[in-house]
Amino acid sequence: MTNPTPLKTRPAAVPAQSASMMAVLAPAIGWLIPGAGHMIQKRWIRGLLLLISIATLFALGLMMQGHIYKANGGDILDILGFVGDLGAGGMYIVTLAMNGGQGAVAFAIADYGTKFMIVAGLLNFIAVADAYHIAIGKKQ
Amino acid sequence: MTLQLTHFSAAFVFALFASIVFGITHRETTRDMVRYGLYCFAMFLGGVLVAGWAMWLVRR
Repeated sequence: MTNPTPLKTRPAAVPAQSASMMAVLAPAIGWLIPGAGHMIQKRWIRGLLLLISIATLFALGLMMQGHIYKANGGDILDILGFVGDLGAGGMYIVTLAMNGGQGAVAFAIADYGTKFMIVAGLLNFIAVADAYHIAIGKKQ
Repeated sequence: MTLQLTHFSAAFVFALFASIVFGITHRETTRDMVRYGLYCFAMFLGGVLVAGWAMWLVRR
């Protein structure tokens, strides 16, 4: 006697497993490289536009001598700044590794630069959530 | 190298890139994305201009 149940469930289980895999992979890669979560789901133009927008905003922040926040347990604004910067993923890690973003915010443009980098990270969080929604089929 | 932007050009660049991301992530179809992106861009820059003039009036 053979049990037919596994044969019936197998075809449906494979796409579900693939979708759940993508639901983890797309946000993770999208966090590391802005827009990559869209690109691996074949949303090439959206991914490219997200990459250009977020990376340019972050790079401009650095060029404006903006300050990058490290992990800290001090002032609440410093903690929030760290959370925002962390959203930039790979760019944040590379900047820290290269010892960038160490400028003292002594003039207005440097303060703008700091905010540019925080906003780039926050925008990447939104892009990551969007990549997740595409992966689970909530959005086209 | 330090990039020197004016207040307005910094606001313009910020509005441009933030609007692109908002447009892509907040709407479903391409047409809606473009429209929402343009709407956000106009609101960002319009807000800057209105706030600027409001501060000018308060200062006088």
